[in-house]
Amino acid sequence: MSDLLFHLFAVFTVACALGVVFNKNAVASALCLLLSLVGVAGLFVLLDAFLLAVLLVLVYAGAVVALFLFIIMLLDMQGGDRKRFTKATLVSSTVAGGLLITGLVSFATRGLNHTTILAEVPVVGNSLRAYAEQLFTVYLLPVQIVGFLLLIAMLGVIVLSKKFEGLEDIK
Amino acid sequence: MSLLVPSLSAMSALSLAALPGAYAVSLHSYLYLSAVLFAIGFLGVLLRKNTLVIYMCLELMLVASTVALVAFSRFNGVLHGNVFVFFILTVAAAEVAVGLAIIVALFRRRQTVQVEELNALKN
Repeated sequence: MSDLLFHLFAVFTVACALGVVFNKNAVASALCLLLSLVGVAGLFVLLDAFLLAVLLVLVYAGAVVALFLFIIMLLDMQGGDRKRFTKATLVSSTVAGGLLITGLVSFATRGLNHTTILAEVPVVGNSLRAYAEQLFTVYLLPVQIVGFLLLIAMLGVIVLSKKFEGLEDIK
Repeated sequence: MSLLVPSLSAMSALSLAALPGAYAVSLHSYLYLSAVLFAIGFLGVLLRKNTLVIYMCLELMLVASTVALVAFSRFNGVLHGNVFVFFILTVAAAEVAVGLAIIVALFRRRQTVQVEELNALKN
């Protein structure tokens, strides 16, 4: 049952991810991203990371995709005519794609030999208490740093989106 | 049962994984899925011209990496990967806020978000 669900969620996630890339319309891309993230949240549930699944839906699907849609609406951009790729772009993307495929193939063919299944491993990540114990003992300093990072990001966004009256002539 | 042969490409591995009941889901499956998602995001970053869509594809790559982390963590019976994903989510939220503010500022100044028109540093 769990295996079937994995395949279901995997195909769903990959299909929606392809939708993000190949949709012409930016709004449709954002909605495909939303569906893809929901698929990933389902995979997290299958991996017994319930807290992370809820957080992914709340933070990504809730806040981030909503922000994307809001910005798309605000900017009101149109697709425009697509230009041909230049020669340099073609060469560099071929090289990059080749490297990526080489990496994936080597990843798929060697180095992975063990076939543990989920039932053999004890579940540790399914309780809030376990996260709290880790976050406030081992990872206390990163928690503080991330808090400051959020504060700095908030200040940065305010500064970026505020219009300064005296600076208009710098353009 | 013998469908699990070492395949030559991750794509054919995924099509094997897509056959329900072919073999038990293990760490491989999650890692293949993560790699394929990452590759799709990378493809999007390479192909698309709209800055916002490129940004979405970057988020997709980030999420692909979190799938690998959670799978590693779950299959090893530890919590560290999950906690790391927790931090990744936080940083990603901050990053999206700042990035979109930058894109809005860019649009205000240049009236476009297409990357081929943003060539002020060329020549």
